[in-house]
Amino acid sequence: MIPRRTAHERVIGPGVVPHGVDPEHDALYRGRTARGTVTDEVLRGVRGRPFTIDGKAREKAPATRTQTPYVTGTSALGLKYAGGVLLATDTLACYGSTKRYKSVERVKRVNDKCAIAFTGELSDFAYVCDLLEELTTEDFCEDDGTTRDAEEIYQYLTRVMYNRRSKFDPLWNSFVVAGYDAKGEAFCGTVGMIGTHYADDHVAAGFGNHIARPIFREFYKPDLTEEEAVEIMKSALYACVMRDKQMMNKFQIAKVTKEGVSIGEPFAVPTEWGYEKFYNPTKFSPGGW
Amino acid sequence: MAVKYADGVVLGADSRTSTGTYVANRASDKITPICENVWMCRSGSAADTQNVAAYVSRLAQEHAVSVSSAGADADEGIKCDVKLVANITQKIAYQNKDRLQAGMIIAGYDRKLGPQVYGIPLGGAMMENPFTVGGSGSAYIYGWCDDTFRENMSKEEAQAWVKRAISLAIARDASSGGVIRLVTIDATGVSRQMIQPIEQPLCDEELPAVKRS
Repeated sequence: MIPRRTAHERVIGPGVVPHGVDPEHDALYRGRTARGTVTDEVLRGVRGRPFTIDGKAREKAPATRTQTPYVTGTSALGLKYAGGVLLATDTLACYGSTKRYKSVERVKRVNDKCAIAFTGELSDFAYVCDLLEELTTEDFCEDDGTTRDAEEIYQYLTRVMYNRRSKFDPLWNSFVVAGYDAKGEAFCGTVGMIGTHYADDHVAAGFGNHIARPIFREFYKPDLTEEEAVEIMKSALYACVMRDKQMMNKFQIAKVTKEGVSIGEPFAVPTEWGYEKFYNPTKFSPGGW
Repeated sequence: MAVKYADGVVLGADSRTSTGTYVANRASDKITPICENVWMCRSGSAADTQNVAAYVSRLAQEHAVSVSSAGADADEGIKCDVKLVANITQKIAYQNKDRLQAGMIIAGYDRKLGPQVYGIPLGGAMMENPFTVGGSGSAYIYGWCDDTFRENMSKEEAQAWVKRAISLAIARDASSGGVIRLVTIDATGVSRQMIQPIEQPLCDEELPAVKRS
């Protein structure tokens, strides 16, 4: 977010302390502007110091906005194919161990060239979406015929995440950024909550790294057709939903193609539970699991 | 969970065992036979409950054999009094309360006292109830169970009730999932069922399960 100095109610977030509220800070500037000595009246609304909620005490202590996540989304998966990039998530937000919100859209369109998916804290993701919305609005207003592409969004998010981490106030998210880069080639990258980032033919955030990436490595080849890519994605989602307790069998796949971003309707993957050994698993080991 | 109905008991459980977020076993069997007519629902640490179940099973069967001719015929399964099994479990749970993390439900049918359900939660207390729920998913269904339970249901009603209760728990608890296992115990014997997700009642905001071809 490009910092813009505004004076507003302190409870709604970081901003600028208006003149007159912090005498110590004002004293530093009184009488020392380029225009010469100024009176208090002129200073009001012109100078101020940046602040965080709770003012002075907060500045001395490390900021602690999100240190434990509360409402969380689990894995997000990204896979390149011939026609673009696929992004897949489930639609569940867990409150600890409770499956609380079951129709959460965890994939969002940023602009025609980029979509992102998240894992981690839902409120921090909403905040990041607001930041990206500001970028998109700026693009629109500049009206110069280009929009920020996926690689730029990815780099922007990296800087945001890293800077927050450096202030001990991380955004508790990992993102998968998918779309097209400046050269017009498909782009698929991930940004972690401490600013770690990389781009690859297929990426995952969260538990998907352990469960889905091996499947992608096994079956990925350059220039997959859309059907093949969706098949691979569905088998990765199947593995994830069987083995991740915080996932539910209700997924959305978003496609980023040259035409733009389309987020599909929620669907369920087929599952198999009727294996013979599932019926009586402890037949030869009573008391076993 | 376990519930007493007119002629017997129905025990039900999900089949998910997790280590952290990873589902270690998606088809585990949490209902263990102690003897032919008394079964135990296990929750908490899998290691603790498996070993307690093994001890209880041995002690109860030895006791039953020593006081009667139960099991004299090799084909005949050993039957125990449900209360006996519950007491043995309670003694083990109570004496080792600082070492165990085991929530257990003993349920069964015997000719002396009919169908019985005993809950033995953490700490080693023992209580007889018409029905009892346990495990992490139980928190989500206390209200529903309290609201819909009736005494002296028929066997089919009791099975449907348990199935619905567990599916509601699975719908909201991330630590519960997989298949629903039911065990019905009455005077004639024991019957086991496994209900796959495709056969489970659908909950709000979820999609119907699809079978893999």
